[in-house]
Amino acid sequence: MPLRLLKYALSRKHPAPRFFRDCTEPKKSYDAVIIGGGGHGLAAAYYLAKDHGITNVAVLEKGYIGGGNTGRNTTIVRSNYLTPEGVNFYDASVKIYEGLSEELDINLFYSTRGHFTLAHTESALRTMRWRAEVNKHVGVDSYVVGPDEISKACPQLDISCSGKAPIVGALYHGPGSIARHDAVAWGYARGADSMGVEIFQNTEVTGLDIQSGKIKGVHTSRGYIATNKVLSAVAGFTPRITNMAGVDTPIVIHPLQACVSEPMKPWLNTILVSGSLHVYVSQSSRGELVMGSSLDPYEVHSTRSSLDFVEGLTSHMLDMFPFLSNVKIVRQWAGMADMTPDFSPIMGTTPVEGFYLDAGWGTWGFKATPISGKTMAATMANDQAPELIKPFRLSRFEDYDLTGEKGAASVGH
Amino acid sequence: MSKRLPQRASEWLKRDKPISFYFEGQKYQAYEGDTISSALWAAGETVLGRSFKYHRPRGVLSLANHDVNVMLADGTDTNMRGDVLPVQDGMQLTVVNTDGGVKNDKKRFIDAISSILPVGFYYKAFHTPRSLFPFWENIIRKSAGLGVVNFNYPRELKRKLHTHCDLLIIGAGPTGLTAALMAAPHGVNIIVVDENAQAGGSLSYDLGGSDESAKRLADLLAELAKYPNVTLRTGAYAAGYYTDHLIPIVETTGITKVRAKAVIVASGAFEQPPVFRNNDLPGVMLATAAQRLLARYATKPCESAVVFAANKQGYRAAMDLLDAGVTVKAIVDLRAEGEPCSLVDAIKSRGVAIYNGACVYEVLPAANKFGVKGAVICSYDEASAKPLLHDRFTLACDGIIMSAGWAPAAALLYQAGTGMRYEKSAEQFVPAKLPAGMFAAGKVNGIFDLAQRLQDGARAASEALTYLGKQVPSVTVDREYIASPSHPYPMVEHPKGKNFVDFDEDISIKDFVHAAQEGFDNIELMKRFTTVGMGPSQGKHSNMNAIRILARIRQLPVERIGTTTARPFFHPTPIGHLAGRGLHPHRLTTLHGWHEAHDAEFTDVGVWKRPAWYRRAGLEKQQAIYEEALAVRKAAGMIDVGTLGKLEVRGPDAAEFLERFYTGSFKTQKIGRTRYALLLDEAGVMVDDGIACRIAEDYFYITASTTNAAAVYREMQRWLQIWQLDVGLVNVTGAYGGINLAGPAARGILSRLTLRPLDDASLPFGAVCDTEIAGVPARLIRVGFVSDLAFEMHVPAGSAQHVWNALLENGAAEGLRPFGTDTQRLLRLEMGNHLIGQDTDGLTQPFEAGSEGAIQFEKPFFIGQRSLQIIARKPLNKRLVPFTLSEGYQGETINECNLVIGADGNIKGRVTSIAFSPTVGRFIGFAYVDPANVAEGAAFNIRTDSGSLVMARVAATPFVQLQSEA
Repeated sequence: MPLRLLKYALSRKHPAPRFFRDCTEPKKSYDAVIIGGGGHGLAAAYYLAKDHGITNVAVLEKGYIGGGNTGRNTTIVRSNYLTPEGVNFYDASVKIYEGLSEELDINLFYSTRGHFTLAHTESALRTMRWRAEVNKHVGVDSYVVGPDEISKACPQLDISCSGKAPIVGALYHGPGSIARHDAVAWGYARGADSMGVEIFQNTEVTGLDIQSGKIKGVHTSRGYIATNKVLSAVAGFTPRITNMAGVDTPIVIHPLQACVSEPMKPWLNTILVSGSLHVYVSQSSRGELVMGSSLDPYEVHSTRSSLDFVEGLTSHMLDMFPFLSNVKIVRQWAGMADMTPDFSPIMGTTPVEGFYLDAGWGTWGFKATPISGKTMAATMANDQAPELIKPFRLSRFEDYDLTGEKGAASVGH
Repeated sequence: MSKRLPQRASEWLKRDKPISFYFEGQKYQAYEGDTISSALWAAGETVLGRSFKYHRPRGVLSLANHDVNVMLADGTDTNMRGDVLPVQDGMQLTVVNTDGGVKNDKKRFIDAISSILPVGFYYKAFHTPRSLFPFWENIIRKSAGLGVVNFNYPRELKRKLHTHCDLLIIGAGPTGLTAALMAAPHGVNIIVVDENAQAGGSLSYDLGGSDESAKRLADLLAELAKYPNVTLRTGAYAAGYYTDHLIPIVETTGITKVRAKAVIVASGAFEQPPVFRNNDLPGVMLATAAQRLLARYATKPCESAVVFAANKQGYRAAMDLLDAGVTVKAIVDLRAEGEPCSLVDAIKSRGVAIYNGACVYEVLPAANKFGVKGAVICSYDEASAKPLLHDRFTLACDGIIMSAGWAPAAALLYQAGTGMRYEKSAEQFVPAKLPAGMFAAGKVNGIFDLAQRLQDGARAASEALTYLGKQVPSVTVDREYIASPSHPYPMVEHPKGKNFVDFDEDISIKDFVHAAQEGFDNIELMKRFTTVGMGPSQGKHSNMNAIRILARIRQLPVERIGTTTARPFFHPTPIGHLAGRGLHPHRLTTLHGWHEAHDAEFTDVGVWKRPAWYRRAGLEKQQAIYEEALAVRKAAGMIDVGTLGKLEVRGPDAAEFLERFYTGSFKTQKIGRTRYALLLDEAGVMVDDGIACRIAEDYFYITASTTNAAAVYREMQRWLQIWQLDVGLVNVTGAYGGINLAGPAARGILSRLTLRPLDDASLPFGAVCDTEIAGVPARLIRVGFVSDLAFEMHVPAGSAQHVWNALLENGAAEGLRPFGTDTQRLLRLEMGNHLIGQDTDGLTQPFEAGSEGAIQFEKPFFIGQRSLQIIARKPLNKRLVPFTLSEGYQGETINECNLVIGADGNIKGRVTSIAFSPTVGRFIGFAYVDPANVAEGAAFNIRTDSGSLVMARVAATPFVQLQSEA
């Protein structure tokens, strides 16, 4: 048993100090205001303070920290994308994640388990070859494997998928990982707080103060806050904030649903994704199967669950794992995915001076949490986006210079 | 020692059906009607499970699936809930998540070291040094989880049913049954569901020492049975609420999806455990669990009980205990004022001491914590919620029966979007604003007195009937509380802890205190940090207490704390149930049987099964494909193209519609001619292509690719709605079969089956006509996708086989052979035709694919036009070119998606198609390359799988320059 636990138990000082202060009275002004206390917003606050020494920062969260898509995703981290720009970006995120537990001194349960994207058709396998070639080119560990290698990693998987959609191969990605999603938000919150950032929960932004094309402040449920720099990092609520800013984006909101089984002893050691069967699944450290599927096909700003989602998902789970018939689904939920036309995020400056956007995170936001925080912090500090995220600038939709990642989305959307 | 009582009127046991089963290797007797837990408890067994984290011995808590103390495996299945699962003859049961059996669980040491495993301990350690984390993680993963999954468990697909009703009533307790009885005479179609094996709810166990409940239940059921419009389903739980009153009802046999016009939720309430040290020991149970044991299973919860009460339920339970011959040592009432109801006198008269303003400070464990030895009792200060130890004393007993309050079983109400408020007089969340068509009654509505509950059931029925358009008088309910059914803070602190709030997750009071002190002091963060309510019972017995504790910590009223979000499912629901039979629809053409009979190797193309190639004796796949291709080049081949999308566009605006929908020009198209139809999306990306045949001035017949046909049709419908043109659309894909006959001998073969002249003058390339082939009405199109000379015939689907056979018979002498889609891909490549989807991707626009020729920019509008106008001004990043490898290339195989690498080492593009053409005698293909390097003969490098570079050259198309038959 690690010494720290023993020390903790014997210490008279426990419990440990607060992760972050309970801020309720905002100051009149801040050097920067971050809208959204999810992983992205908190990470941006953390790196603003740590990398750029900007600590007079307020994070405004409508609900509780990590309560949006940070706490609703299926926690998969990977970098085997399709465009060199995408691969480089997500690879930088993976690299930070690998050392993040130590940096934030909180166990994120960052667990590198290997990630298989299953192909059931030759055409699916072709896209995977494409991804593998690009990944290899950029130096990311990702290659196409045959059914035998998949079976070796997951002997329980029915390679024939009950005869309905036999698996012909997979894209294997060694660095593919899962993590404890809430802890990522908590760790960044603690880190940011300890350097002076103030985190306000239950604080809703009701308007933006923009004068002559420059941001001057934000109106909130706790009053007006003056600032020259505002970051919007609100995922599914992006249209509300960009409407306030008068900034047009092509973002549309689709629900993305997931569910979790009751706990069982560990047996699934890898992360499996099947585009054709619309399934991604891993087993958490608690023993639950965490399962997700493709986007709901309709646009709606809602986090209600639907029955047909879980019917479809479980049906495909049984095709892959016929022995799960009597394993029970405990809970299902939904998040609001802010989808972009090219399945890449929108990051960087906007036509409004001092208003920065971190959005369009659709189904790929959690894995980018560290790098998006780091690069958005740099963008805010320098009023200019670093090279790594230039391919994700908002103006690409006017320039028709898209960064197409549709082919690398986890399941066919 | 057996705790089984003589036969009781209320019991569910079939005494004439004794059975035996095994638990942890030992044999036990039971009756049909017992649950596993009731049978074991009756047999004197107390340790029925081990807790998840600390491996503490556990017995019966709720006996109602509101906890998971008893989780079992039978060698086939696992995580079986002993409290509610009927015991069956011959069962061989073991407890999940033990190391060495439930009695000798070696992991029980964890209970002793729990102080070094505080709440969230796993966030605080194991991550430094990084290299050791996998080691710790492995240990943590193995100790977490409950049962071991059986990889040989049979694939069980349960049936699914769909039904409708006017009124769905959830809960067949007194409230629900009364509601049903009130609504039944009004001719509405009613379904009543209840998760219990038998109807009755509290009437079936909450006897309170009288036989009144049983009589009332019998009357209600007898009355209800007279109505054929009422269906009562027991052993059936409502798993969740979905939009528009869709409620899946789960039974052992499968799920019934009920769509109800109105819903009455009469689902009752979950009894909540008061919290005190060792409140989890076997023998400490909820009052309702004790009552269930007594009434339904004729089993004594213990021999000698201390009742720890803070409401009337505790006193009713005490009466039931006394009636069954259990010694009640005392009633310890948390409330200073005690219980106001008349039962107090009856109980006192039976010699039971009642201590008001007192608490059970801790439970003294029997040996090995396998049971209860006694209770330490002391005064309790309600205001400060502190035990006052000065007067503590110990009572020997072997059971603690606890009753301190409730939480509404309101999951479905929450899921339906009900606004809840905290009713202070009942110390409970109750519905404040219900969605249309949803009604709540009984305990879930904060009403506990039986007479009032019956009224409330009638009131809900009356409101539901009014909602359903019936004229009925309204009913009012006296919502009065002599005393609150729930105590506002039934928690007893203890310096040594082990006062459990969440039994699933072994979370005690101090865990909440610590979590709050660490900053997790709102209910959602607290849930996530402590994991309260995240176990399999989903907070049924724990969430309310967690809210109360947090409210106390933050010194806020309970309603300011709020609740966590209730999500489906009400009870965990099996994957096999949810999946149903797992239908995978696919489509077959009318020629499918023929293909099968002729050794076709099938491939999935969208929802269709298509022959990829036909097996031939002695031929490998590649060779067989070459032979099929050579037949087309040298004589003739034919392919089943019945899967192609076939869409009719008719009406005065048909041409206008196509002009807007596709990139080409259709207003000028002549009747009897075809035009290429390229579809873009609004971003200018190539989506699909096909051909548009003009059959009449106001009638076009369009083909779309097999995979995209449904999507193209859907898009057409969508745009038609927007444009409001005078056009009718019909998807006739399944109505027609299609055969493509290609190759130099095609014309000769076909001419023997039709009177229609087929020469180039009569039927030039791009012509379409309606004629007869082999006596069958056919639409004949002169196409050129796989061969210069090819005819596509669309005939009624039922006649496709006839025409196919006629062609085969007539073409046999010339060497006509069928070919599949693999061959078709090679043939189209030889012709230099790119395929949307194969040679394009989700971002490819026509300039990159070399399809500019298909675009009529000068039209006023087409989908994607605006985008293309912008794209046209930008430099190209890549361009699709046909290429060949050097003659006689023998090197490493080039695969599709191998990258094209520029001189600077950067990615310039990729190979999208490549194949060896037996006709050309070379590898041919398509690749995206640097747009500066597309002239015929220009060289570029392809990087192979192994990383070496292979030179390819841009070529001219078609790769095959076949002479069509003169």
